[in-house]
Amino acid sequence: MSELAPPSPAGRSRNTSAAKIRHGLSATLLWLVALLFLTPLIYTVATSLKPASDVFSVPPSLVGKEIRWQNYADALDYLPFQKFILNGLIVAVSGTLITLAAASMSAYAFARLKFRGRNVLFAAFLATLMIPQEVLVVPMFSLMQEFGWVDSYRALILPWAFTAFGVFLMRQFFLTIPQELADAAYIDGAGKFRTFFSIMLPLARPSLAVLAVFTFINYWNSFLWPLIITNSVEDKGTVPLGLSLFFSQQGSQWNLVMAASVISMIPTVLLLLLLRKHLVSGIATTGMGGR
Amino acid sequence: MTMESTISPAPERPVPSGPPRSKKSWRDSDTAAATVFAAPSTIGLTVFTVIPIVMSLVMSFYNWPAFGDKSVAGTANFSDLLSSPEFRRVVLNTVVFTVLYLPLNLLVSLGLSLWISTMRRGRQTLRVLFFVPVVTPIVANVLVWKMIYQPNGLIDGIGQQFGVDMPNFLGDPNWAMLALVLMSVWQGFGYNLLVFSAAIDSIPQSLNEAASLDGVGPWQRFRHITLPMISPSMFFATTMTLITTFQVFAQPYLLTGGGPGATTETLVLFIYREGFSNFALGTAAAGAWVLFAIILVITALQFLFQKKWVTYDV
Repeated sequence: MSELAPPSPAGRSRNTSAAKIRHGLSATLLWLVALLFLTPLIYTVATSLKPASDVFSVPPSLVGKEIRWQNYADALDYLPFQKFILNGLIVAVSGTLITLAAASMSAYAFARLKFRGRNVLFAAFLATLMIPQEVLVVPMFSLMQEFGWVDSYRALILPWAFTAFGVFLMRQFFLTIPQELADAAYIDGAGKFRTFFSIMLPLARPSLAVLAVFTFINYWNSFLWPLIITNSVEDKGTVPLGLSLFFSQQGSQWNLVMAASVISMIPTVLLLLLLRKHLVSGIATTGMGGR
Repeated sequence: MTMESTISPAPERPVPSGPPRSKKSWRDSDTAAATVFAAPSTIGLTVFTVIPIVMSLVMSFYNWPAFGDKSVAGTANFSDLLSSPEFRRVVLNTVVFTVLYLPLNLLVSLGLSLWISTMRRGRQTLRVLFFVPVVTPIVANVLVWKMIYQPNGLIDGIGQQFGVDMPNFLGDPNWAMLALVLMSVWQGFGYNLLVFSAAIDSIPQSLNEAASLDGVGPWQRFRHITLPMISPSMFFATTMTLITTFQVFAQPYLLTGGGPGATTETLVLFIYREGFSNFALGTAAAGAWVLFAIILVITALQFLFQKKWVTYDV
């Protein structure tokens, strides 16, 4: 940790090589910790490539007798796993688009337009953030029954597409845009809509990207709500639901289950890599992420 | 952009109600636009959040089966819950989970973020690595841990190699909760690690260097510089983690099914079962409000006590 810094001003020059060695050791140890931490993920990938007979071999080994790529094809064929992926993409992509549109529009209103009751309404928005999902899912299920939406894409997408969180995030951003820019647009004859679409939104691209990635990941990974609202898992199930069904039916075929797990991780890991440069600052400014 | 070109001609432009700042015209034109812009979110939040909240409150005072006739229950749902040993057990389990999970999560995330901050190279890569399980589907994470924990699984297999008898982590009442906590910490601490990393990155380097030149040791520097500087982040992390910890669901649902016995049955698992296996939506709603009340009280207490340790004025 911070002991690695030179201990005292007097010893600095004498200790540089010792400090270097210590720093090297510390770095090595840290990478080992990271490797240990990644073991479950490595184990997932390793198991996904083993023949079934080698999954619980003694002694445990990373590689089976053969590298069996066929597991992935089998996992995709078993159950309508391809259907789960398609459902997951439909739900996550449209959910993200709706979230972005609704959040950025109302954020613009709250940040940039003056209207009566603005502060009260915004406070009401923020208040909804305090309600845990569990309080909502019970009545939401009844509401979906009333609407006749049980087991539909609508029910998977719409209930979670309107979040005060996204509004709050986008509003914070719009507040930082100098008023002169909006004034200039106004004087140039741009109305509120033009100003929003041709000035505010393009400028907001980084914030929109962060919101989009996290919204997509939340939709893609969501488990409790799809579990509740989906009757015909085989028809409307998303990927996590498909995985758990896969497991409950084929719990013994760990190699196939792990292949399906790897497939389920691909989109989110790709997005994470895409986002990695903005990850720390994104978390710092938005406080969003895992749930 | 258009700024330069527009600043000079502005006064010439005949704007009927005077300069743009004139309140009347701005407000009039804003209200119409604001209605359009704010409508989708306002309607969406009303239908999918406000109405369910009201419904949930109503439901908690009813016998409300998922299918069939409803009848008024008064406060019976709540009093039944609070007097039921099963429910108390579930709340206790959730508290035990939190008491184990929260300190472990904070310790690991703070320790590793400090450690990573001393690295000259690969900081960002390391942070991303620890963040991976936060974004991978929790179902996938749980399933691999099930393989790791189970008899003949990875841990047991390694144990056999060395002739050590490993417990049946998920089937042994003494181990199941610990196994659940460990898996959850693995899956979740990367989030707080990033929160702390952001805070540590924003500490001016000169502060530590100056203290170091003055002969202040590493522990003292941590205690008197780093810790106060990151205390707002620690407050944020503690509050958010606590809230989400009380909502733990997927891990017990898939890893242990609440068992063995009821040793890992958590509050949300209970709510889920009441609502969607027993179809007692009224009881489930009441349970959800008890959960919300617990979260509110704890969060309020945290805000109350934050003055004692959170420093904002640096």
